Amino acid sequence: MNPRSMREWADFRTETEEGGGTTLALTGPLTVSSIGVVDRHLRALDQPVARVDLSEVSDIDTVGAWTAWRIARDNDAEITGASEQAQRLIAAIQGARGEGDIVPPRPDMLRRVPEAVGEMVTSWGKGTLGVTAFLGAMLISAWYLIKHPSKIRGKALVRQIELVGVSSLGIVGLMSFLVGIVIAQQGAVQLRQFGAEIYTINLTGRLSLRELGVLMTAIMVAGRSGSAFAAQIGTMKLTEEVDAMRTIGVSPMEALIIPRVLAAVLMMPLLGFYAAVISIIGGAFLANFALDIPFFTFLSRIQEVVPIHDVWVGLIKAPFFGLIIALAGCYQGMQVKANAEEVGLRTTMAVVQAIFMVIVLDAFFAIFFTNVGWG
Amino acid sequence: MSEQHDIDIDEDKLPPVADPYEGKHPIVVEGLKNAFGDNVIHEGLSLTVNRGEILGVVGGSGTGKSVLMRAIIGLQVPVEGSIEVLGRSITDEDDDDDIDIRSRWGVLFQGGALFSTLTVAENVEVPLKEFYPEIGVDLLHEIARFKVMLSGLPEEAAAKYPAELSGGMKKRAGLARALSLDPELLFLDEPTAGLDPIGAAAFDRLTKELQETLGLTVFLITHDLDTLHEICDRVAVLAEKKVIAVGTIPELLALDHPWIQEYFNGPRGRAALDSKERAKAMDNSDKTGA
Repeated sequence: MNPRSMREWADFRTETEEGGGTTLALTGPLTVSSIGVVDRHLRALDQPVARVDLSEVSDIDTVGAWTAWRIARDNDAEITGASEQAQRLIAAIQGARGEGDIVPPRPDMLRRVPEAVGEMVTSWGKGTLGVTAFLGAMLISAWYLIKHPSKIRGKALVRQIELVGVSSLGIVGLMSFLVGIVIAQQGAVQLRQFGAEIYTINLTGRLSLRELGVLMTAIMVAGRSGSAFAAQIGTMKLTEEVDAMRTIGVSPMEALIIPRVLAAVLMMPLLGFYAAVISIIGGAFLANFALDIPFFTFLSRIQEVVPIHDVWVGLIKAPFFGLIIALAGCYQGMQVKANAEEVGLRTTMAVVQAIFMVIVLDAFFAIFFTNVGWG
Repeated sequence: MSEQHDIDIDEDKLPPVADPYEGKHPIVVEGLKNAFGDNVIHEGLSLTVNRGEILGVVGGSGTGKSVLMRAIIGLQVPVEGSIEVLGRSITDEDDDDDIDIRSRWGVLFQGGALFSTLTVAENVEVPLKEFYPEIGVDLLHEIARFKVMLSGLPEEAAAKYPAELSGGMKKRAGLARALSLDPELLFLDEPTAGLDPIGAAAFDRLTKELQETLGLTVFLITHDLDTLHEICDRVAVLAEKKVIAVGTIPELLALDHPWIQEYFNGPRGRAALDSKERAKAMDNSDKTGA
């Protein structure tokens, strides 16, 4: 026997007796696998039916019973020739009939669009308020930890420092090296027009230390660690781990959020400085081969042409960037409710918000430091 | 509900489906060995399920009840042994026929395992859409609605998301999805765990009713002694890495195995048996009284 024999389809025919109304005779197997097509035909039928005859039905399941019963109900017809099994199934279906709509109501376009816009605006407002409240709660926890330093979770902090800082050294280094090469090369091409190729060193050194080192690092950390914070904490919210912590008396703020924020705040300056140094080495590497400036000459010139406050600018900005990234990640993670899709959405939001806010803050710092004479 | 009756469907182009199973034993497991690394869960396990029965599977925690179910439904590849479901081998190399079998069984996982981004009704519609794309939207919604209600949920639950449901309702919703294709075989993994006694008893009755009306074969993992007494035709006991005994509860009690004796004759086992006998006595007195 071929186990996958061709499908046998349900069918129907109508017989009209004079004065007796129409009999709808269903034939063949009346099951979920055979009814799909005939159901469409039956729905298109616009003829009143007085009787539904099931005597030629070879097999029936709940879907078949439902279809027969629905036609009988809609036409106020009687069901005849039902087998014992069919009767039993129809009885079971009848107990489960319902009229309501099972699709959640969907308002029309004219209401949906303003509704969505309104929701977006209010959620933006609520989000700002929420982040501020979150920052406040975190600062209170931080103050408590400063007063009770023994409560600081050293292991969690070290683990996060490893994840945020140490394990990203490779990728941050590689990225910075390439960025340094690009700055030096592009800078040299432009400066050559003025015969000022030697200023490539100033360009690479100052740009790396002030801006690009820390900014590129922030973007990388937001992508690596900010997203990880949101996804980890979000999943823990879903599995009620965060609630479990609270009931045990462990504050999620102290156990989950402070170590992550602190790790990001501590690691960002170090990573940013490291990135700037590697970027300068990248520039020196290119200068050595393409511009005939020897490697070590490049490095010693950096000392002369880069004012020390450029280093400070980079180092001062970095912890703020770290705070923003960690805050966005943890806040979004804590907002996860309901389902797995939200973990993804919140993770995306955490990264986008972190990078956006970092760039806004960077613009603010640029103007600030120029105005205080560190231009 | 308006819908265009798009009836230009070529019936011959739709994929064929399997014939219903006519044999006597929908599940036959022979010489099964399951292991995770060095940790052997089952060894030389054999089990035959009769058509139309509710088979309860019991065993201490960690004896691999869920692993056995996962092996039977093809989620866990066994190290050795053969498993036949509805006359087809699950363990052979040919995966084509496994798809067919998937349309003929329903599985209720412990936590319900509902798709969290879909409503209950949409959850029920997923298998229908997957296997029978020719079914129109109207019928699809109607099927979803009566399956949800057949599982003992109120109609309003159909439009809700799993996160809005209680634990017991999630199980019922999971059952509705398991039943969506009118399966021949139903797998239930601890269906009454975590339900209140009233809810658990109602779920037991529902399982029995569905089994009787729909002619299902039910493979039921449980720790619930009441469930075993009330609805199971036979009980399989998992211990020492295999099925040590299969039979009705009196048959099992006649065996002199310490674990079985302790399981059914412990304080909880006694209580469940007493409550069953009380219920029977009340039934009888009702009848004689009338």
